Amino acid sequence: MNSEPLIFEKSRAGRIGANLPQCDVPEQDIVELLGGDNLRSMLPLPEVSELDVVRHFTHLSHRNYSIDEGLYPLGSCTMKYNPRINEKTASLPGFAALHPLQPVETAQGALQLVYELQGMLASICGMDATTIQPSAGAHGELLAMMMIRAYHRDRGDTARTTVVIPDSAHGTNPASAATCGFRVKSIPSNQKGCTDLNALRNALGPDTAALMLTNPNTVGLFESDILEICSLVHEAGGLVYCDGANMNAMLGITRPGDMGFDVMHFNLHKTFSTPHGGGGPGCGAVSVKKCLEPYLPIPVVTRSDEGTYLLDENRPCSIGRIHSFYGAFLIAVRAYTYIRTLGASGVRAVGENALLNANYVRARLSKAYDIAYNSPVCMHEVVLSAARQKQANGIRALDISKRLMDYGVHPPTNYFPLIVPEALMIEPTETESKQTLDEFIDIMLKIAKEAAEEPELLRTAPHSTLVSRLDETMAVKNLDLRYEALFAGSPHSTVESSS
Amino acid sequence: MSTTPDNLLYSKSHEWVKVEGEFATIGITHHAQAELGDITYLELPEVGRVLQEEEQFGEVESVKAVSELFCPVSGEVVEANTGILNSTEVINEDPYEQGWLIKVRVADKEELAALLNAGDYEKFAGQEGH
Amino acid sequence: MTLGYISNTDTDRQEMLQAIGAGRFEDLLEPIPSSIRMTHLPELPPAMAENDLYRHLSSLAALNAHAETHLCFLGAGIYDHFRPAVVASLASRGEFATAYTPYQPEMSQGMLQAVYEYQTLICALTGMDISNASMYDAATGLAESALMSAHIQHRDEIVVLNNLHPHYRQVIQTYLEATGLKYREVSESDVDGVVNSNTASVIVQNPTFMGTLLDMQKYSDLAHACGALFIVSVDPVSLALLKPPSEYDADIVVGEGQSLGSPMGFGGPLLGFFACKKQFVRSFPGRIVGATLDLEGRRGYTMTLRTREQDIRREKATSNICTNQALLALAATIHLCALGKNGMRQTALLSLQKAHYACSQICSLPGVTHADEGRLFFKEFAVRLPVSPETVIAKMARKKILAGLALGKYYDGYSDALLIAVTENRTKEDIDRYTTELAGILKEGTTGV
Repeated sequence: MNSEPLIFEKSRAGRIGANLPQCDVPEQDIVELLGGDNLRSMLPLPEVSELDVVRHFTHLSHRNYSIDEGLYPLGSCTMKYNPRINEKTASLPGFAALHPLQPVETAQGALQLVYELQGMLASICGMDATTIQPSAGAHGELLAMMMIRAYHRDRGDTARTTVVIPDSAHGTNPASAATCGFRVKSIPSNQKGCTDLNALRNALGPDTAALMLTNPNTVGLFESDILEICSLVHEAGGLVYCDGANMNAMLGITRPGDMGFDVMHFNLHKTFSTPHGGGGPGCGAVSVKKCLEPYLPIPVVTRSDEGTYLLDENRPCSIGRIHSFYGAFLIAVRAYTYIRTLGASGVRAVGENALLNANYVRARLSKAYDIAYNSPVCMHEVVLSAARQKQANGIRALDISKRLMDYGVHPPTNYFPLIVPEALMIEPTETESKQTLDEFIDIMLKIAKEAAEEPELLRTAPHSTLVSRLDETMAVKNLDLRYEALFAGSPHSTVESSS
Repeated sequence: MSTTPDNLLYSKSHEWVKVEGEFATIGITHHAQAELGDITYLELPEVGRVLQEEEQFGEVESVKAVSELFCPVSGEVVEANTGILNSTEVINEDPYEQGWLIKVRVADKEELAALLNAGDYEKFAGQEGH
Repeated sequence: MTLGYISNTDTDRQEMLQAIGAGRFEDLLEPIPSSIRMTHLPELPPAMAENDLYRHLSSLAALNAHAETHLCFLGAGIYDHFRPAVVASLASRGEFATAYTPYQPEMSQGMLQAVYEYQTLICALTGMDISNASMYDAATGLAESALMSAHIQHRDEIVVLNNLHPHYRQVIQTYLEATGLKYREVSESDVDGVVNSNTASVIVQNPTFMGTLLDMQKYSDLAHACGALFIVSVDPVSLALLKPPSEYDADIVVGEGQSLGSPMGFGGPLLGFFACKKQFVRSFPGRIVGATLDLEGRRGYTMTLRTREQDIRREKATSNICTNQALLALAATIHLCALGKNGMRQTALLSLQKAHYACSQICSLPGVTHADEGRLFFKEFAVRLPVSPETVIAKMARKKILAGLALGKYYDGYSDALLIAVTENRTKEDIDRYTTELAGILKEGTTGV
């Protein structure tokens, strides 16, 4: 397939790709209605037919890999199958065509769904209350930091200005804590790839607001000392936050609430199968223990004694509003559909098969690749290291990833966690079959062999994709962020006005 | 050209220092630029700014990494190599000459004693290498 | 029972355990202390078959009034605009919907090119130099723009005009409170003395929350005279007719993109678009896609300027944002292409004409007045009623009309005011029906709800 031109290049004056109604009310002079000074002179949008639009975006879709096409073992991203029934229920007009500000009496079905989902999520993680308002995991982290800050402040505990974060954490953790004005104290991981208890003890003190911990951690290992970790933080007067990006490993098996965590976020777009959409939308629902419940963002979806569902804004301790309305409701519909499909035993089956699949991949690849922090078992993902290949032939994790593309497989996560050199983080998820995993494993073994025998093949990969490796230095140094030709004719082109 | 010239001093944060009278010229080492890869962005301090020993004075970026620049000696910035801000590849190509970053008036020459010589820096960088 | 989403059979599982060297599944749980292993299943309702579940969700959906059962005259940031069928049909393709963030550009050129086109289209609408790949919604986009302005200007006060959407103002307040920046809210009449050398930015919405148009040049000059940035919140549909914010020298432009091809969805997920002047590119939050060449010199697209982001810069990142609204940005791209120059203009014109027709019809009823008489407006307007707006809304809902938003909760002195939005989706017949039903309710007077 050759390159696909930009839609702008297909534009021809006079075309339109939609059938719009004619004006059926008496028309008034637009200059009088809006004021001559307020009107724009040019509108540089494309002019294409509906068929042009269909073909263009269909061609683009062919240039995109997806979970629908094949295995997508991006570690930490939980690329599981996105069930179609979720899409069907989310597009019911009774959900999709709802206005957020219509009277609550006219939206009882929607509020009931949110209320029930809040309860199901709290039950899955062992917490007391849930909000679905955050739009993403990072948004949930930020909300949690805001609530923790308010919690300490309300107790007069104003010296708690530090958040402790292991060096293996997702970058969003320190970024969220810093956005909220906290000082970030990074602690190293121990020899096993887990939290170093001594380092943690040393980091904790009267300034500790919280510990942010991912469990299972980003090396794919369960923090076996979790009970002690949580009690150390609590003894120091801090709260413990669980980054729930890896919740898939724990479904029906163990609960953050029982481990001692006070607050956590879910990624509904990971654990609960809502499509990631090439970058979003997501939903970073947050569950809390009782102590943080008063701080939840407004409005809170509640149920009256009479069984009516309400949007409660009268919450004096709330940290305030964090979303234009109530969060990603249509994502919540999908997650609700998914959990109701699974039921209790299905939720457990997800956790079990996620663990089984990751351990299977690990077992079969453990001879050809180094396993980061080799422990007897892993949880839902396995982190390999290409250190051996780099040492031998200068083959890096990135080269192995690019070579995977030649075999039609999406690469794992590269270079994360930062504490593992040449990391290849593989998360198969529960929806992949043994047969699919066997094919993937065989390809990985073949690539390990190629790395030893024909390293050049890897270094120059991919060979079969629509584009080869891109010049990312050029992309930064000669920024090209929009199609300039579209603006060339504009009298108000802003290109030269910038410094 | 040597990747670690003998006539320079080195810091453990991978800056080099060239002392000439009361002035010191500072840049990043060959090893540092190689670890970063193609440098795409450079931030330098204003002339006149007074830096403390090991204070951050700027940063360099490649496509996928950021590295903070630390001043190995205290002193006032008397010159910054602003001419390379739009041609940062010079730092990769010629880190010790055209790719210099700042020149400071050294406040306390005794601080120089804490820096490494070429041989020790090579050892240090070799051990640190992943 | 075998669940459709799990592909391993019992035989597969046995073979896998064997390959792992585990006697039974529980061996894999060894790292989890036994005291926190669940001994019973989570308390959840039982599994449901697809047809039963669909019936259940249909019945929940049926409890709601919505824009296909009721005439929607509600706006306030979320609008019932026309969405051509091609938008959902193309944007829901699995190749787009079930892809992750395009970390591996060689396998993600489709989404990357679409985002590049999206960025171009947002620049075309707003007149700005650069756009990011999207934010969660307008409210959080504005909050991020406030933080960005403080960072650029090294100042700590944000001045917000009170005719910005009340929810957006609350979200900005939440973010500023968390980051220790100062929030100052002023009315149009009091703005003059408030902007000063501590002001990092001035945030103004146009058209305002009440739908009226402002003299944006005046606010721009006011901000710039004090060295503050000028941040503008806009309705993208209005920009098909109205001057792009670049023409009044806006520094950052943010808006809600739901109107561009996404369903109202009870207010989410939404699409925050975010554009600014090129000089601020390094302080920009969120993902950005750029064009470049591959090793063979072919044009390709990739995420760029990644060093601003949290996964590289961690606590020093320009923002903590990671997930964005790519699929909604794709829908907006398809929408803006399908409607194009002519369709977007027609959509805006129809909304404009119908809103003005509705305003004149509704305000011709006895006791009803236009709250902003004499001011220009686009597709939304506030009216003052002789009967409590809450009563009107409740009674109109029974007549299958979502009449608008009662403003008393948001502004002092507006307890008799109702905010009404009219899009191209409302016909003359719809508007006449609204007017007739409202007339009937007004006749009943204030007696009873």
